[in-house]
Amino acid sequence: MRLKYVMSEVMVGLWRNVTMTVAMIITMAVSLFMLGASGLIYTQVKDMKAYYYDKIEVAIFLKPEITDDQRASLEGELKSDPLVREVIYESKDEAFKKFQTMFADVPAVVDAVKPGQLPESFRVGLVNPEQYQAVRETYVGKDGVDQIIDQRNLLEKIFNILGAGQTGALVAASVMALAALLLVGNTIQVAAYSKRREVAVMKLVGASNWFIQAPFVLEAVVAGLLGSVLGFGMLAILKVVLLDGSLQDLTDLLTPLSWAKVLIMLPLMALAGTVVSSVTAWVTLRFYLRV
Amino acid sequence: MIQLEHVTKTYPKASRPSLDEVSVGIEKGEFVFFIGPSGSGKSTIIKLLLHEVTPNRGKVHVNGRDVTAMRSWKIPAFRRQIGCVFQDFRLLPNRTAYENVAFALEVIGKTKAVARRVVPEVLELVGLGGKEHRYPHELSGGEQQRVAVARAFVNRPLILLADEPTGNLDPDTSIEIMRLLDRINRTGTTVVMVTHDSNIVNQMRRRVIEIESGRIVRDQARGVYG
Repeated sequence: MRLKYVMSEVMVGLWRNVTMTVAMIITMAVSLFMLGASGLIYTQVKDMKAYYYDKIEVAIFLKPEITDDQRASLEGELKSDPLVREVIYESKDEAFKKFQTMFADVPAVVDAVKPGQLPESFRVGLVNPEQYQAVRETYVGKDGVDQIIDQRNLLEKIFNILGAGQTGALVAASVMALAALLLVGNTIQVAAYSKRREVAVMKLVGASNWFIQAPFVLEAVVAGLLGSVLGFGMLAILKVVLLDGSLQDLTDLLTPLSWAKVLIMLPLMALAGTVVSSVTAWVTLRFYLRV
Repeated sequence: MIQLEHVTKTYPKASRPSLDEVSVGIEKGEFVFFIGPSGSGKSTIIKLLLHEVTPNRGKVHVNGRDVTAMRSWKIPAFRRQIGCVFQDFRLLPNRTAYENVAFALEVIGKTKAVARRVVPEVLELVGLGGKEHRYPHELSGGEQQRVAVARAFVNRPLILLADEPTGNLDPDTSIEIMRLLDRINRTGTTVVMVTHDSNIVNQMRRRVIEIESGRIVRDQARGVYG
């Protein structure tokens, strides 16, 4: 009986003020969508770091006038360096071949460069890519070393863009969350007002506080759940339309975003939605249903 | 049953206390009138007994328990021992007489089966047999107050508080309601009634406590309005 009573009260409550309920659900959905998106960007950046940091290398370009002795001692040093995972030597010929394949569809560029013009280099994989500075300082002034380039710099730029996107999404999520919060509070106030007679009688005859409050809190929880489902729907559409659709090329560059990772956002969003709305409702009731 | 010890209650922004050092004791099974002019503080007593307001000073004991020191989560259980009737009936307009009484049972966790057994019984007791399925607007003022009394009494409370229960009723109907409260009192329920209806007080010849400006000025065992 009690459960049935509470549930029917919840449905009546949500219907009583449908426009408000819809507004509440939509703001909640957008907020949770932003939260989910920023969560996805976060895992994405983490995955990409794990994936690319294994592959990126530090390129130590050698001066054209380097002697064989200098090259050999440099290689020896690199190979015994504890920070270094692997060292690959790239000769001028190899560099040229790589260059040719890289720019195969732009013959003009290939023609402009002659074999031997490109510098030879050591391609160094680091044990921990974050320790680039230490490696750089060790080798930068050595005889025969020309330039040291960290490929990570390039990736950092991508990560910075993604990071900015994540921050933006989080800011938008919290602003929307604030709006959703106020809407939940307002809806609960309206609900409490329209049921003030019932509430007064309930208090008078000694209904327990939770029994009085449960329908209101559950109303907010149901709205929060609906909002999270809707927000998740937006996230799924984002994946299908943007990532798998028009931004396909970019997606290939990034590590693929699996459905599993998107799906994991659903319980997280639902949890955030229900916790935020129920706490708001409960706090509102503390002010509007004083015992 | 009810014990007020040096109770002082001043509402915020009020210039003088509604109750000033009031001490009074009410035994189990008594029928007590609190009388006095408007604003004398008599309704504050009802609010104190329900723990709707707390005194600034002094103690309120109801049924052996210190109401003033009661934790807020214990208040609902406490209120189940007290029935309450008001001048404005406080019925739910969209529920029938039966549903109004059953609602009071259901929200304190009684099953529908219990309600089906108990509610017709109590509606019969208050003289509303056959009108169970009328809505409040289909009932006269006296009948509405009977529904309110039925709701207050359905839990068989130890105490029945009545705040001007006849304030909206004509003299004849008022007397019928008083007979009802008297019958309830005879079942052993302590009845505390706040009123300024002199006819009723004079007819009933029960204990009368007169309050003026927050102080008890008279306490008579078989009193009249005076």
